[in-house]
Amino acid sequence: MGRYVLRRLASAVVTLWVLATIVFLMVNVIPGNVGRSVLGPFALKEDVARYNHQIGTDRPLISQYFTSIRRVFTLDFGDSYKSQSAVTKIIFPALFRSGKLALLAFIITIPISIAAGIFAARRQDKVTDRVVVNAGLATSSIPDFVTAAVLMSFFCVHWKLGHVFADPPSGTSVVGQLPYLLTPALALVVAYFGYIARMSRAGVINGLQADYARTATMKGLSKGAVMRKHILRNALAPTITVISVQIGYLFGGIVGVEKVFNYHGLGSTMLSAVTSHDIPVLQGAVLLVGIIYMVSTLLADVFIAFLNPRVRLETSR
Amino acid sequence: MSDSEEFVPQPAEIVSTPGADVYMPNTTISGTAVPPNTPAEIELSGAVQVSERQQARRENWRLIRRRPAFIVGVFIVLVWTVCAVLGDRITPHSPLDFRVAGNGQHLSPRASYPFGTDEQGRDVLSRVMAGARDVLKVAPLAALLGVFFGVILGMVMGYFGRWIDNVLGRIVEAFLALPVILLALLAVSTLGHSPTVVIGVVAALFTPVVARTVRSAVLAERDLDYVTSAKLRGESSAFVMFREILPNVSGPIIVELTVRIGYAVFTVATLSFLGAGPQPPSPDWGAQVSEGFRNISADIWWTTFFPAAAIASLVIAANLIADSVQSVLEAS
Repeated sequence: MGRYVLRRLASAVVTLWVLATIVFLMVNVIPGNVGRSVLGPFALKEDVARYNHQIGTDRPLISQYFTSIRRVFTLDFGDSYKSQSAVTKIIFPALFRSGKLALLAFIITIPISIAAGIFAARRQDKVTDRVVVNAGLATSSIPDFVTAAVLMSFFCVHWKLGHVFADPPSGTSVVGQLPYLLTPALALVVAYFGYIARMSRAGVINGLQADYARTATMKGLSKGAVMRKHILRNALAPTITVISVQIGYLFGGIVGVEKVFNYHGLGSTMLSAVTSHDIPVLQGAVLLVGIIYMVSTLLADVFIAFLNPRVRLETSR
Repeated sequence: MSDSEEFVPQPAEIVSTPGADVYMPNTTISGTAVPPNTPAEIELSGAVQVSERQQARRENWRLIRRRPAFIVGVFIVLVWTVCAVLGDRITPHSPLDFRVAGNGQHLSPRASYPFGTDEQGRDVLSRVMAGARDVLKVAPLAALLGVFFGVILGMVMGYFGRWIDNVLGRIVEAFLALPVILLALLAVSTLGHSPTVVIGVVAALFTPVVARTVRSAVLAERDLDYVTSAKLRGESSAFVMFREILPNVSGPIIVELTVRIGYAVFTVATLSFLGAGPQPPSPDWGAQVSEGFRNISADIWWTTFFPAAAIASLVIAANLIADSVQSVLEAS
């Protein structure tokens, strides 16, 4: 088990390094004068040069590259071009706020979608199954911001059931924040329900057809006991993988949702960094999402290996 | 070490993984005899083979056409294509003219303006119809380019294997660690957001995803006898890859293309909503939602809802088509 975790960790580190390199290349693909674009066209040449020296953009590209790689692994993303404060001071609080939204969304999504998947699997190819599958397919293919905008039009504006601005007033208690976060979280639930439901459905169907399920039924276990003790355990692995991947991908969809609901999380931070060309903030936020993805898939893989010895034995060969 | 286990599924992949496809009713193909051949896109010289392949292809096409989901999807796409091609020649009002409504104010949906008018008095129905053009110009092209480069990359990875596959596989994996939207935002913030850049960026970000699908399809073919004999005949690697293997993996590639078109619409619409696309006063759907939702707190829902619904309808239509194609091709 320990060897499997180490191998998996090493591979995550390599991927993170490649990712940081890709991001570095994307940011530096066009040679630009950072000092000029930050200080504006009327700034003095000397000021621009001093600024470039101060933030290190006058150094050779290769040395900037090493700095940028070191920063990923030390979680220090340098300073913002715009506000001069450390990028981490900007993106970590933003991540915390997005995290609250994402957590609420997952707390609602995971039980509902796994239950829907099991429900559909037990009625395979019947009308209810087709409804669950097609509804999941449709809702997960609609962009998150579209769902958010439609939910807002009806829930928050027309029927006045939720808040138009998801940012609760400061000092609101955790429970008091829930009504504010509920509608944007629902938009994420709609978007991610389909993936998880389909995965758990496919897992359960595989399990229902497997020999071990037939054996368990033949030795006299009730339908419910076969489901609980044998099928669910096996169906869980692919579902956990999908959930762990969705945790990372959620930060793509959350950008649109945060914009619709005026919520100041990681997504809005990235958007304003795009508008103001604040590359370090954008770079830091993107890499942070990459790190979250790595950690969540790593944890999921370790958990699956823990559940199923076959996995860890196969990959450590 | 086989690094195929290292790849984790991502949303895009879930649509096209065989595992997620178990829900497809088997009844669709039961009773009809489907030849066990995979459909081929490239003409082959052997006369017998051609007829068998064509027969299989025709049979698949017949099965796809009969699926209700496919018919609905094609119908929706056709409606939007007509709107995109004809544009303001068929819109009831001008999509750009201010004050069509006379007093230049928000009007709620009514008989003369079924979708209402926006804050500048422009007819929302006309704008939604004309807005189909922007997304339909960019998204299919981006998907096509992404699949084109993805096929080449996946072929190379699967066919050559060894260190080439390992190195490229690492890069592909790193790309998959981030949501496409975030990488696209990063790219457009340095490259700008002209349609050309958006097409290039979306295509580049789709390439690794497609490559992974093609790679695993090629891996299944690589050690088969026809590949070995082509190699023994002394054919070049390029010939073996693109004339021998490609026709046999065309099924997954077609599925991937249809799936990618749906994702391209998704991505392009999201990017333009986030401001990285056509700018106002363009009637582009994403830009319209972005303009419209600013007034939403005054219960002006129609300027947001109709363009949003248009995006949803096109994405769902693309997915209905992709799903039909996928379930037929993967069953055969």
